[in-house]
This record gives sequence, structure tokens and C-alpha cells, in this order.
Amino acid sequence: MTQEYRVLLEHADKINPESAADYIQVGGYKGLEKARSMNPKDLTEEVKKSGLRGRGGAGFNAGMKWSFVPQYPETKYVVCNFDEGEPGTYKDRIICQKNAQALLEGMAICGHAIGSNNGYIYCRGEYPFVVEMLKKAIGNAKESGALGEFNIEVRMGAGAYVCGEETALIESIEGHRGEPRFKPPFPGVEGLWRMPTVVNNVETFACLPYIMTNGADWFAGIGAKSYPGTKVLTLTGDIENPTYFEVPTDYLLRDVIYELGGGVKGGKKLKAVQVGGTSGAFIPSQNLDTPIDFDSMGAIGAALGSGAVFVMDESRDIVDIINRIAKFFEHESCGQCTPCREGTFRCKEIMERINTGRGSLKDIENLKVLARIMQKASLCGLGQAAPIPITSTLEHFEYEYLRKLV
Amino acid sequence: MANYMDIIAGCKDKTGGIIEAYHAIQKEYNYIPEEALKEAAKAFKLSEAQAFGVATFYSYLSVKKRGKYIIRMCESAPCHVAGADEVLKAMEAYLGIKVGETTPDNKFTLELTECVGQCQATPVVTINSEPVFNVKPEMVPGILAGYK
Repeated sequence: MTQEYRVLLEHADKINPESAADYIQVGGYKGLEKARSMNPKDLTEEVKKSGLRGRGGAGFNAGMKWSFVPQYPETKYVVCNFDEGEPGTYKDRIICQKNAQALLEGMAICGHAIGSNNGYIYCRGEYPFVVEMLKKAIGNAKESGALGEFNIEVRMGAGAYVCGEETALIESIEGHRGEPRFKPPFPGVEGLWRMPTVVNNVETFACLPYIMTNGADWFAGIGAKSYPGTKVLTLTGDIENPTYFEVPTDYLLRDVIYELGGGVKGGKKLKAVQVGGTSGAFIPSQNLDTPIDFDSMGAIGAALGSGAVFVMDESRDIVDIINRIAKFFEHESCGQCTPCREGTFRCKEIMERINTGRGSLKDIENLKVLARIMQKASLCGLGQAAPIPITSTLEHFEYEYLRKLV
Repeated sequence: MANYMDIIAGCKDKTGGIIEAYHAIQKEYNYIPEEALKEAAKAFKLSEAQAFGVATFYSYLSVKKRGKYIIRMCESAPCHVAGADEVLKAMEAYLGIKVGETTPDNKFTLELTECVGQCQATPVVTINSEPVFNVKPEMVPGILAGYK
């Protein structure tokens, strides 16, 4: 199996993403129509049954997430997480630029399920041109009447990786510093302006119209059983075709690199591949025959995450790349909790020492202790995931560290 | 140039819209002048310290005066392995400034950034948020000469 399977991107570049009419011509807004003919509870059950799990990285069952929202409050919110900040990731941008109306439709479907007419899209500050496009797409969909009473406002982030964490994102929409909240309460109960809020990723929302149109069973039958559907991947680094692909979730990582990706650039050998963005684990070549779905990746100590696939050839210096990644986390830590603020700083300090040939075995021991503390004690996913590139390379590429020690 | 008072007034009715207001101010001024920050604090009913706290939390917002064109060199891992360091050196040499500085004629400010989501064509530089793809050190003079 070496073919793409396009659902979200089937009509990419053939329709104008701003135009609701274009989208309707290829079957768009039928899913919303069907959703609105159902009662909210049945709709949520249908989404649960499809097995759709969050595409932002956490992989939580979408219908389950919705079911936590209480019915009685009058004001509730549907928030789209379009802050994709994981280095090497641009799939949400591609989904918007190719099929923005599917995102809008998906949000409206969620709105019907939880009883909300208030939608927000939080788009990262790096994409002002996509913000403009989305505003036009929303205007066009409203004018066409396709969205009905459902309203969507776009808010732009301002360059903070941590705002991809749902509670930090909520803080940012509220106009505050993007510092994550303590959970619980979860946003489903107390989110935006302390009201029940569903936060889902762009790709998660964009799957919904197709689930509604083709049925939950159809979706559940695509790809891996425990994480069904398709996944949009972005290939970067030392790869012949550095571009995006949509594949069923049981697609093998090896095929992503060697079939769709055209292999390692210049015919070199593969050293490592990092899946899921900069917080993902480094995967050695012996683990390439793993399907990309959430649970299969988890079983080899890695994560599907955002779906970024960063390929490194045999000539790459792992320690130098990890040093760069350590600097990334030190820069992006919001500074609110001590394990992350101090931990990312010390990781960077130690990595710099090792990378410049001044490190010792004691430094490696300290890194391992530090990683354990950060993973257990950090408030949010940023601090918990920051040491993963370090621990996974210490496991699979320890010799790269050892040869740089004094 | 639009007055910052008008810009802030235009965003005032958006709940939590101070970040939107900051973006709009920066679009005109390329940074957030102190007087504008104080005005925004008033409009959104925050203390000046809180308004300053928000403005300095986000890497896209600046309370320091910047040049007409803000060059941001991506240094995340995919750009790093594609040779971002060499491009940065070429930028610094051509402009005669270091990262974080502005040229004496107030034309260019050079900054580092993390991933800008254009990883299909690394290394990537953005100039006033417009991405420039597959940048090589020798391309730097030609690219920057296009900005008058």
C-alpha cells in the first residue's frame, strides 16, 4: 500500500476554500444538515461511535470530550485550536488553505451537539494571511446561510508555543498571558470565560462533515481500529519530497518515508526520524515498520502528535539537534511552574555543555534525573514532553552523546 | 498612519481583545509604543503592569522600537539542519547588526523565531510575516535589496 487516501484534502486546489458554494458543489454542508436533523445526544453518540480521536496530539475521543459538557448553562463555546506550533508541522494550515469550509462546518456540527452558537478559531500569529482567508470564508459561509445561527470569530495568537495547550489558548483568547490553568476543572466544564467549552484541533473538526455524510461506521473502518480515519502528515528534513500527505492511520512509517517521501535525500541512509513535532521521540531505523496511529506509536515509546515527520540522515549530529531542541523549550516555557521553567533551562545548559565537548558522564546522569522530575511534576504538557527528545536519544543514540564527552 | 487611539477604540468592544488591539497597533507602528500600551490598559480595564505583562509574554509583540522591516530567521530543528545558522551569519554580515538589533537607518530589525509553519521549503525567513523560502546565504543581499 503506497497510495495516499484523501478525505479532507480530496478536493484540494480544485475548490476555492473561501467559497461556500464551491464546497457545497462537492457535497459540503450536507453533514451539518444531517447533524441538525438529529438530537444532540444522538449526534454525540454517533461521533463517539466513529472512534474519532483528537488530531492535535493528545488523541482523546472527540465525542467523549463533548459528552462532558453540561447541558444547562446558556452560554457555551466551540473553540478551534489552530495554534499549530510544533516545529515541522503545517498540516492545519494546509487543511485551511485547501478546505477551510470543512473546518467551519465541523465547528457548527460540534455547536449543535453541545448547544452552542459561539465559535472561536484561535490561529497562530505566524499565519496572518490565513486569518484573512478564514475571515472571508466565514463571511461567505454566513452569507450563503450554510452556517445558520452559528457564529465564528477568528482570534490571532502572537507567537507562543504554549498556547497550543488548550487552557493556555483559552487564557490567550481572554486577552491574558498564555499561561496554562490547573486541571481540573477541564474546559468542557469550565473553559472560555469560565463557561463550558470544547477545544478541538482543526483536523478533528474537519473530519466531522465526512463522518456525518458517510456515517460513523464508514469512518471507523478506515485505518487503524483504535485510531481510525486519515491523518495529514508533513515531511521535513532530509527527505526527497518535503511536502504533505493524507494517509489512512494504519500506514507504515517506513512507507511514509520511502514511498510517499521518496526516501532519504541524496540516497543517504536514515539515522533517525522524529514524529509528532519537536516534543516527539527520536525513532531509530529498526522501528520503521510501525503504523503511524496513536497507539502503535505509543507502543514504541513515540507519539503521533501533530503528524510532523522530521527525517535525519546518517550524517546528522544528534546531540547538536537535541541541543537546538533544548533551546527551543527553554525559550517557549511560559515560566509559570518551577519544574518546567528551571528544568528546560538546565536541560539547555547541560546540552550546550555536552555539545561543545565539555560534558561529563555526571551530566548525562543529571539529565536523566531532571527528565524524570519534569515529566512527573510539570503543570502542562510542555514541561512533561520537553525531555522526551533527550530521553529517547539517550536510549537509542547514547553513543552520540558519549563520543562528545570529555 | 492611523492613530493608536482610533485603533484601540476599534477593538474595545471585543471581550479580551487586547491582543487583537496590539496586533493592530503593531501593523501601523511595528511595535507597541508606551503611550499606546497605557491607552490599551485603560480601554481594557487592566493595570499598566498587566497590559505590559501581556505585551511582553508573546514573541510577536514588541515594546521596543523596531525597524520598518522585521526579519525573522527560523531556527527550529528543520530549519536548523537545513543551514539556518549560515543564513543568519550572512544576514548579520550584510546588515552589520546582531540578532535583536535594528539598522541605524531604522530599516531592518533582525530577530530569531521558532517554527513559522513553512517547513516544506527550509530554511525559512519571514520579512514582515511574508515567508521567503529555501534561503541560502548567497541569496541574502538579493532578497534584502528588494525592500526599499
